[in-house]
Amino acid sequence: MQPRTIIEKVWDNHVVAERPGTPTLLYIDLHLVHEVTSPQAFSGLRERGLKVRRPDLTIGTTDHSIPTHDRNLPIVDKIAANQVAQFEQNCTEFGIPFYGPHSKKQGIVHVIGPEQGLTQPGQTVVCGDSHTATHGAFGALAFGIGTSQVEHVLATQCLLQSRSLTYEVRVEGTLRPGVGAKDIVLNLISRIGIGGGNGCVFEYTGSAIRSLSMEERMTICNMSIEGGARAGLIAPDDTTYHYLAGRPAAPKGADWEKALSLWRQLPTDAGATYDKTIHIDASTLEPMITFGTNPGMGIGITQAVPDPASIGDPLERDTLGKALKYMDLPAGKTLLGHKVDVVFIGSCTNSRISDLRAAAGVFKGRKVNPNVRVMVVPGSQLVKQQAQAEGLDKIFKDAGADWREAGCSMCIAMNGDQLEAGEYSVSTSNRNFEGRQGKGGRTFLASPLTAAASAVTGVVTDVRTLL
Amino acid sequence: MEKVTTFTGRLAPLPIDNIDTDQIIPARFLKTTSKIGLGDQLFCDWRYDAEGKPKPEFILNKAEGKAAQVLLAGDNFGCGSSREHAPWALTQYGFKAVISTSFADIFKGNSAKNSLLTIVVPADAHKKLFAALAADPAATVTVDLEQQKLTLPDGSSVTFPVDEFAKQCMLNGVDELGYILKQEDAIKAYEGKRTLSVNTNIAA
Repeated sequence: MQPRTIIEKVWDNHVVAERPGTPTLLYIDLHLVHEVTSPQAFSGLRERGLKVRRPDLTIGTTDHSIPTHDRNLPIVDKIAANQVAQFEQNCTEFGIPFYGPHSKKQGIVHVIGPEQGLTQPGQTVVCGDSHTATHGAFGALAFGIGTSQVEHVLATQCLLQSRSLTYEVRVEGTLRPGVGAKDIVLNLISRIGIGGGNGCVFEYTGSAIRSLSMEERMTICNMSIEGGARAGLIAPDDTTYHYLAGRPAAPKGADWEKALSLWRQLPTDAGATYDKTIHIDASTLEPMITFGTNPGMGIGITQAVPDPASIGDPLERDTLGKALKYMDLPAGKTLLGHKVDVVFIGSCTNSRISDLRAAAGVFKGRKVNPNVRVMVVPGSQLVKQQAQAEGLDKIFKDAGADWREAGCSMCIAMNGDQLEAGEYSVSTSNRNFEGRQGKGGRTFLASPLTAAASAVTGVVTDVRTLL
Repeated sequence: MEKVTTFTGRLAPLPIDNIDTDQIIPARFLKTTSKIGLGDQLFCDWRYDAEGKPKPEFILNKAEGKAAQVLLAGDNFGCGSSREHAPWALTQYGFKAVISTSFADIFKGNSAKNSLLTIVVPADAHKKLFAALAADPAATVTVDLEQQKLTLPDGSSVTFPVDEFAKQCMLNGVDELGYILKQEDAIKAYEGKRTLSVNTNIAA
């Protein structure tokens, strides 16, 4: 047999039907649903009189539109309250296990799957959310899908999909202090651009990737879509198996051994080739930050914001000029020392326990600058419990940060957690699009370390000066 | 799903690269549980001021934007979130097609499922279209899905790529779910040979 990449292996393992002139019908091992992109899919099922084919491969959670304040208070926003109530009703009616706002396991959809051991190597995973690639950290092929496809998968457990190109992102070398997974992926996107991976699935390889924890790998895979890729994954290894062992939905006993032997066949074969490749030297990276209105507009924290006048293509030049105008930033200067109004630590990119530990390490013994509002939003109720068991909540609160309930929060600003027009945030989330964190708000994307450092000083800060 | 037929229509130019789905339809409108009623919120934050009044300089508030059936946008249109609310908002506004030099993958897939054509043209045709509109804002294009042909205002034409299966679905007005449901035997056969499976009930 021809040598194959892990991307091709997982794909081949899930082909249900393949006909000329028709996309491949793929079987889906795990379907995650949430309140925002599913209501119209459930309505579609009702209109056609269809059932959910495999509720046992489907799990629901409420994350996007729910408030992150005290969960005992009602949801004030009537439209959001209705959406959450309808979601719970849909899951109940169709027999789908779900975590409502009061569940002890509630959390962001891309945090709970791995946390429960539901996400496993070699799976196909889908969710009506573009950050589904997060699950690729386990060697799963994980696609973000639209609501029509949510309906297709609910009804048939299958997805029609055309084969993607394979794109190797090889990251070699050792990261320097203060530089982490978020900086690797922001660097990648700044190089290839927000559409650089269109039509592709990334496989992240190399010594720098191998040395990352599972949570760091999730941060990287999470942002594959910001480089345009359909999915992004990392071959499983002992780090993966250690993380998974003993989790509630992970295989047990003889099943675990059987699973391990199958998972060990997944990594890319020697001699397999990719359609595209990029190499990144991790040892040269510095903390990254975005200056513009898409995640590809990123720079090393000591670098200057690029000048539109230096760009030849008129449309590209105008696009950058428009971004700088929206951000109200001068070209040619670094962002260091730029004022910050809000710091958001959270989102499916950076809300796991290791992210909170990193931020807490900076906050410990320090105070939040009085001009800055800081929100720390854990990715799940279990992450929250763990953080509290370690006393991290106390560090955040003592420093003057707001310690919240789990949810997507200010990453997508649907739930009342948002920027005011004109405010600047340093955010550990994944998108700096215009208005993403609140109408007129301006976002600098960065790592939890950079976010925490900027919270303490009140200005964009190179965390290495505080280490 | 609506059948796509050949049409001639005016264009609304939006010469910006990487227009993301948060601009097409901001997330705060995603709390709806319906597909309809999103056309008024299309490009909301570019289209209306802080008081909710239309900004006169924005293309959709000009006569030519209001009359347009085709959106002419910069490269990599529809990047970002997977929200199908983006094509819902575009079609409910009245757009039947978007022309660009490239589209984000998820947006392209979502659009086809809502009979919204995503037409990829070469860079020179793209430039020519913007130039034609600068000269005559009422210029029109003709879109022929069957022939995969876009006729430009000067009468010249370019062909555009379309996934064959999506094309047949759009021409016949049938959605993909009907096709997938007919694969029941293959799905059952696949399920019979699956070796590893999670059980989400264990995690609940």
